[in-house]
Amino acid sequence: MNAIRRKILSTLLGAGAVMLAPLRAMASRWNQPAFDARSVDDALKYIGASSVADSDRIVLKAPEIAENGAIVPIEVSSRIPGTQTIFILAEKNPQPLAASFDLLEGSEPFIATRIKMAETANLKVVVKAGDKFYTVTREVKVTIGGCGG
Amino acid sequence: MADPMRIRITLQGEVADVKVLIFHPMETGLRKDPVSGEIVPLHFIKHVIATHNGKAVIDAQWSQAVSRNPFLNFRVRGAKAGDKIGISWQDNLGESASIESTVG
Amino acid sequence: MVTAMLWVGGVLASPEQDRLEIIAFFGNRFGDLPLDRYVLGSMMVNPDARAQYDSIMEFPPFQADVDRGRTLWETPFRNGHHFADCFPDRGRNVAGSYPYYDTSLGRVVTFEMALNRCRRQNGEQEFTYEDRSTMGVLTAYARTLSDGMRMDIRVDTPGALKKYEAGKALYFRRIGQMNLACASCHIAHAGHYFRDEIISPTLGQATHFPVFRAGEYLYTLQMRYQRCMEAVRAVPFPAGSEELNDLEYFHSYLSNGLPLRASVYRK
Repeated sequence: MNAIRRKILSTLLGAGAVMLAPLRAMASRWNQPAFDARSVDDALKYIGASSVADSDRIVLKAPEIAENGAIVPIEVSSRIPGTQTIFILAEKNPQPLAASFDLLEGSEPFIATRIKMAETANLKVVVKAGDKFYTVTREVKVTIGGCGG
Repeated sequence: MADPMRIRITLQGEVADVKVLIFHPMETGLRKDPVSGEIVPLHFIKHVIATHNGKAVIDAQWSQAVSRNPFLNFRVRGAKAGDKIGISWQDNLGESASIESTVG
Repeated sequence: MVTAMLWVGGVLASPEQDRLEIIAFFGNRFGDLPLDRYVLGSMMVNPDARAQYDSIMEFPPFQADVDRGRTLWETPFRNGHHFADCFPDRGRNVAGSYPYYDTSLGRVVTFEMALNRCRRQNGEQEFTYEDRSTMGVLTAYARTLSDGMRMDIRVDTPGALKKYEAGKALYFRRIGQMNLACASCHIAHAGHYFRDEIISPTLGQATHFPVFRAGEYLYTLQMRYQRCMEAVRAVPFPAGSEELNDLEYFHSYLSNGLPLRASVYRK
């Protein structure tokens, strides 16, 4: 197994400038209506998912009981051919859509991150593949501990 | 802040597993500052782009629901030693940062 | 019943007897678990929680705080000396020997007190024990230099034993409006549920501080004692007080032989 430890901070000139340009171009595409949506149904509408099919080809790793709702580790792997985007929604968050990941050519259909969940809710992962939408849903319990600070 | 993010890359065959830790408060705009009692304003990363040899491979849109000091793990195909992996982010206040690393 | 176990016929049991009694007690409660597992606290009986811990510890979100501590540790004092000069082996594998009883001072000395003593002896102002941005992050880094070291607390003089017993007395004393002792939860009800929490056993607790609760909020061991005291509606002793130092002395002794790991995630 090879591992790198070296990292280089890019400056505004050089590599940084190359990468910031695409960021500026994408700024207008942040899906405001989808991120503002207060229900899963509305969020799905705004990401263009008119119909969503349950799928057993989305592998979701999430806790059964989140130790702390502020930092819930989630891992998604899609086995659906032509996976384009992974969406993560937490049903009872004030705005359910937490994040979306476009998986462009050269990436594997895999994402892991950590999200905030306001309370016990369905965690819903939606995969866009071949311009169709698929989903897997799992309840994640979020509690306030007896000795919690 | 000395480094805006940390990156770790492990190469398994032709797949580079990339783990990134970004230092960012990811404020929801709902939290009260414990000292002042004032609401801490919304401040979160909206866009993250990951590149492989300059070409975008992941294009992510985030909300304030991504955890503080966010973690991201993704995998790049067709990678080999010497390749460059780049991560850039931009937040709702227009702040941004980039890092570039070499597959070992 | 638990207290009776550790007070043998009016004569106070020795620290080693205490430690072995507690190990036996937990062995009955938790079954045949390797002792090292106890450093995980309630996660040792909660695989779902353990998986979250492992995932977060792979790339901890509080790394920047530990790095700030590293900067504090490595920055020379105005006189040119460093923290590392104050400890054997540049501060590696020392934390497990703290607290210790200083015979000439007549008091227990914690690792954080030793860090402050180093500052004082080198002409710098001492840090406040509860201040996360100074002592907190400093010890968050400095203790990691002892990761893997096995706790090795010595109680081998009459003066030391007296402080050990003082700490033990506080551990078993009911305090606060809720009239609970540390032992009420962390011995008598270890492994049981308190609302949705599994109460952690006292064995192993002192090995894994400071913690970053929710991956963010730094608590040294004594800051954690203070939160527990507040939770039972008692007025907490100050961090660095004789009471909490003696408590830490007793509490750490119980974890003798277990591996240290500093700056870890807790819920």
